[in-house]
Formats: sequence, C-alpha cells, structure tokens
Amino acid sequence: MPTLTLLQAINDGLKTSMREDDSVLLFGEDVGKKGGVFLVSEGIQAEFGKERCFDSPLSEDGIIGTAIGMAMNGLRPIAEIQFQDFIFPAFDQIVSEAAKLRYRSGGQYTAPMVIRTPYGGGIRGGLYHSQSGEAYFCHTPGLKVVVPSTPHDAKGLLIASIQDPDPVLFLEPKALYRAVKGEVPEGSYTVDLTSLRVVREGEGVTVFCYGAMVPVCEAAAKEAEKNGIDCHIVDLRTLYPLDEEGVIEAAKRTGRVVVVHEAPRFCGYGGEISAMIAESAIEYMEAPIRRVTGFDTPFPNTLEHHYLPDKRRVLDAVEFVHNY
Amino acid sequence: MTVAVEDLALETRLLDEDGEPVGTLPELADAWLRELLVHMLRVRCVDQRMLKLQRAGRIGFVGSMLGQEASMVGTAAALGERDWLWSGLREGGAALMRGLPLSEYVAQMYCNSNDTAKGRQMCNHLQHKGSHYPSWSSVIGTQIPHGVGAAYAAKVRGLDEVHGIYFGDGATSSNGFHSGLNFAAVWKVPAVFVCVDNGWAISVPSSEQTATTDYASKAEAYGLPGFRVDGNDVLACHAAMSTLVERARAGKGPALLVVETYRMMGHSSSDDPTKYRDDAEVAAWERKDPLRRYARFLEKRGLAASDELETLETRLNTEIDEVIHAQEAARPMALKSLVEDVYSAVPQHLRRQYNDFIRIAERYGDAQPGDGAFPL
Ligand SMILES: Cc1ncc(C[n+]2csc(CCOP(=O)(O)OP(=O)(O)O)c2C)c(N)n1
Ligand SMILES: [Mg+2]
Repeated sequence: MPTLTLLQAINDGLKTSMREDDSVLLFGEDVGKKGGVFLVSEGIQAEFGKERCFDSPLSEDGIIGTAIGMAMNGLRPIAEIQFQDFIFPAFDQIVSEAAKLRYRSGGQYTAPMVIRTPYGGGIRGGLYHSQSGEAYFCHTPGLKVVVPSTPHDAKGLLIASIQDPDPVLFLEPKALYRAVKGEVPEGSYTVDLTSLRVVREGEGVTVFCYGAMVPVCEAAAKEAEKNGIDCHIVDLRTLYPLDEEGVIEAAKRTGRVVVVHEAPRFCGYGGEISAMIAESAIEYMEAPIRRVTGFDTPFPNTLEHHYLPDKRRVLDAVEFVHNY
Repeated sequence: MTVAVEDLALETRLLDEDGEPVGTLPELADAWLRELLVHMLRVRCVDQRMLKLQRAGRIGFVGSMLGQEASMVGTAAALGERDWLWSGLREGGAALMRGLPLSEYVAQMYCNSNDTAKGRQMCNHLQHKGSHYPSWSSVIGTQIPHGVGAAYAAKVRGLDEVHGIYFGDGATSSNGFHSGLNFAAVWKVPAVFVCVDNGWAISVPSSEQTATTDYASKAEAYGLPGFRVDGNDVLACHAAMSTLVERARAGKGPALLVVETYRMMGHSSSDDPTKYRDDAEVAAWERKDPLRRYARFLEKRGLAASDELETLETRLNTEIDEVIHAQEAARPMALKSLVEDVYSAVPQHLRRQYNDFIRIAERYGDAQPGDGAFPL
C-alpha cells in the first residue's frame, strides 16, 4: 500500500472518483492549471481536461449556485472554496438552497454535490485564512459535514461523499495537508459517513475530537499516559449527521469526557456533544465534561499558537476530569 | 486615444513606453513631478525589501506591488487629504504616499506588538486611520459597498470627501462589486471606483474572469461612466483620476476607472506563477516598466539625472533598512490582546477563558509580566 500525505490522499480520491464516474467534475478558483493554492488538485486538469477540471470567476456564490444547478441536472460537481473563510458569500446558496432542495421539493429534486474547502489554523493566515466554521453548517439540516484526519479516511470519506445522494461539506484540515502520512489503499474504497473512528482505546478519559485536533489529542494522550492516565480518543469524522450511539457508548466507557475543537466555544460543536451526553448518559458521568476550544474571539495571527488548543491545554483538561 | 463622456475627455495615455509625451500634458510643477518619482521608487524599494524579508523567513507573506507602482501612486495622488482610500492587497504603496508611516507599514508586515492592528491580521493587511485608509478584510470585494456607504454618509453629512474605492480585476466578479456600483449610481455618491486590472486573479487570467474585453464597460449597465487608462503611465493615471475625483466632488456622481497594469511577481510570496503563465507575457510587460518610463520622461525634461533611480534607491533603502532594524527589536505581543477588541470592553466570559488559559501558560513559563489573570 502506498504511503501518502493527507493532501496526496485527497488528490488520489478526486482522481479515483473522476476515473470511475464521468459525471464527476471539479471546479473553483485556481483549481485548474495551478492545481489549487495548496496544490490539492495538481495534475487533475492535465489528466481530465478543462471540461472536467476548471477555474471559475471569483465568486463563491456563483460557484455554489452553479454547482447546485449542475447537480440538479445529472452532473456530480465537486466545488472547491479556496479557504473555508471565503465560503460565507455562498452561505445563502448552501443553507437556503443546497440543503433544503430535497425537502422543499418533496424529494423530487436533489443536489448531490461536494463542497471541498480547507479549514482551520496553523498557517499564520490570520482572521480570514484560519477559521473553523463547522458549527454554522452542522446547524443546517439537509447538509452532511465531514472532516477527515488521516490519509486513509480522507480518501475513503471523500469518495463516499462524492457518491452520496445529498450535499456534503468536506472540510479539509489544512494544517495536516502535509503533516500527516499514512497507508492508503489503491483504487476505489469508501469510508461510510455514519460512523466515528476510535483512534486509541483507553479506560481513563474519553477525548472527542476531529480534524487537525486529532494529532494534538494523541500527543496529549501520550503525556497523560506518563502520568498513568489512559485516554480513549474518538475521531468524530462525520460531524453531521453524527454517530450518536457511538458517542454515547464512548462516553459511558470511561465516564469522564473532554471535547476538543479549534472553533470558538459558545454554540460550538462541543456544546452539542456535551448536551447529548448530559441527556443520555449523565448517570455514567464521574466528572463534569470539559471543553478545550479556541477562544470566543475572531482568529488571531501572531498569537495563533495560543489561540489553538495545544497538548498542554488538552492535558490540563484530561487531568482535571481524571482527578475529579 | 481620448474617451469622452458628457463633458469629460480622458487621455488613456500621456507618455509612451520611452517616456515621450503623447497627449497634452497637464500643467504640473517640476518639484511635484520629481516627488512622484520618489513615491513610486519608494514603493518598489519597500516591496523588494519585504520580499527579501519573506524569503529570509522574517515575515510570513507578501503580495508584491512590483509593476503596479504607477497605477497606485498616480491615482492616489489625485485624492485630497480628507478623501478616503478603500484598499485591497496591493495598495500599500498608496498608503505610504498618503501618510502611513513606514514604521507602521513594516510593523504590520511583522505583525508585531507595534502593529496598530495588534498582530491580528495576516501580513500585508495595512490600515492607517490618520490618512483615511481603513482596515480591510481578505474577503475579496467586501470593501466596495463599504466605500459606497461611507461616501453616502459624506454626502448626507455635507462633508467634502471623495471616496476612492480600489479593487482588482478578480473582484469585479464579487457580489460586492455589483451591489457597490449599483448603489453608488442610484444614490449618486461621491466615489471613484478604481479597478486595478493587473491581468490576473491568482492564476485566473482576465479572459477567464469575464467575457468582456473591457472591464470599464461594466460601469455602463449601472448607469455610471467607465474609463480605461494605461496603468503604467503615472501621469495618465493621475490626470484621469483627478478629473473623476473632481467630478465626484462637484456632485456629479461616481465613475469607474480601470487602470491597466501587470502583476510582475506571483500572486503572493506563496505562489509560483510559472505554472500558469508564459515568460513571454511577463517579458513584454517588463519592457513597459512604469518606473523606467517615468524616469526617462523626467530625464528628457532635465528633471532627473540619468542615474537618478540608482542614487535615490540607495538613499531609500538605507531609510527602509533602519526601520526594519527597529522593528526586529519589537517587544513580545501582550497575551491579553487575545481577548481584547472583540467588544468595547472585555466581557466576563472572555476574562474567564483567558484566565483559564494563562493559568496553564504560566505553569509552562510562557507568560510575561502584565499577562496575568483578569480580575473577575
Ligand atoms: C471572497 C474571496 N474569495 C477568494 C479569495 C482568495 N483570493 C485572494 S486574492 C484572490 C485573487 C484576487 O484577484 P484580483 O481581484 O484581481 O486582485 P489582485 O490579487 O490581482 O491584486 C483570490 C481568489 C479571497 N481572498 N476572497
Ligand atoms: Mg488582479
């Protein structure tokens, strides 16, 4: 099995889907000749031609709006938004149109499409090249929200997203593009969009995370282990709809829960996980649930390493719930 | 060529590529003409220094202005002190000319504790309140309606202000462009839209951005006049902008000015343009260099020596290097700035979040004096 970076695995997933299905196409700003600003789509225009991989004018609203039309008429568009921070001009098309089309038409019309976009901090991009906007989209029934954290999952989840009959927002943790490597099967395979992944088995504290926070939590777990704390790490990977049974089971397993994400805390994804556990498993809890998150502020630049949850902050929370 | 609308006649070009006058030159003082060269050269020197710092890993990101000096200096020189300049990525040179201190410019590029934006924005996101150069977001086109609204405010408040609203060719596809031009024309606000057509929006050429060959024609549909000028001809840029600014000031409404120039470098320091454009295209524009052209013009007029650019460059670089040196010594960023300026006062929930954070930072020896917890 070849060893690929997360970025290469996504590139491989795109090519695999495009080889498999002629109706799949990729478009957005700078995805063609340049291969995207992070080079995720490198070589795709060369292999599939300008009909199936092309640049669009500079309008996210236009990109998503036209992708919906393509999807309604027999194509399988993959629309790239250059940075998740620039998705908001298309918010209306995503929230009011793509996500509601099936429902409002009684299932007569659908928009099977994928919106791919790099999200998250760690590249010194400041306010507008660093955000984690998953909570806005997880509040949008009709949309699926997927966040891979390993090369294997990235390819399999992407292919599953492209084949899915509903619109999927595929959030790519840009901090991991070249930072993680792993074995990736050749050819086509899918990772289903209904299950979480247990990253590390443990009996002491359950840590829920996703995307770029997964390696941070793994590093914290290693530290915790030195202090005799055994972490059970769960990568949620499909944030919406979520594998709720899996979450409850993992929470009950240790009775001690930490939730980690880089997005702001208030109304963030961690609030939903905490509420779910409080509703369905409170009697199993041995300690208060702790969230480790970005600050409730816009994303900074120079101090981004303090804004982003790191090993120390995760460890502090793990120790707190463990020792409670 | 001259384009005429109502009573207006704008020269698309005043100097040929060798600095020879081709149209009727306006009356301009010699000292002012020389000053213009210094402004353009300062932009180039600052730009080159910033690229060097980026390559050395001292700063993170640069959106180079190389090749666009005339378009920004020429047009911005037509704005008065009370006028505003709404910018995008590549107008930093105009800010310098209009009053942004070089030290603040460099501090912003370092995103350090001297940066007036407190290191919150990524590099190359300049602002200067004193010369009416507002903070801008990276989100393309959003400043266009802001400029229109501010111009409307100037109109209803009876302020003598014209708003110069700058953006790139790529931004003409944004929602902000279309709402901005439409609202401006309907409300007849004192604004001039300056579209800096540098041929490229990252890797997307103008031919794929729009099906028209003339960005200026987009104005017509909104009911405002649109013009194109040679953006590498500083005098043509200045003359056209002056006419449109004064027209707006006189209450005759907004206009669109397209300055045609070229982005000589990649989109930014992270971009490799050889992947998507021909060397021949770049070489052709190299021959149209706005600085050399203008220096030739001054030389022929007896206003500059043949080695004027070299002499000035040495002087400017010394100035710039001193500023860089000082910025290298900036003190560390105060950690409390993490939670400040979200609201007018730091709310209780952010104080708690900060205190929780600083407790851990202190444990690992990361905090400086002054970074300690907020009283709750
Ligand atoms: C809404 C939005 N979408 C995408 C981007 C990413 N992006 C940054 S600059 C740029 C191209 C801008 O081109 P243009 O307007 O011509 O300005 P130039 O860079 O040429 O000065 C793009 C696509 C962005 N900043 N904002
Ligand atoms: Mg451009």
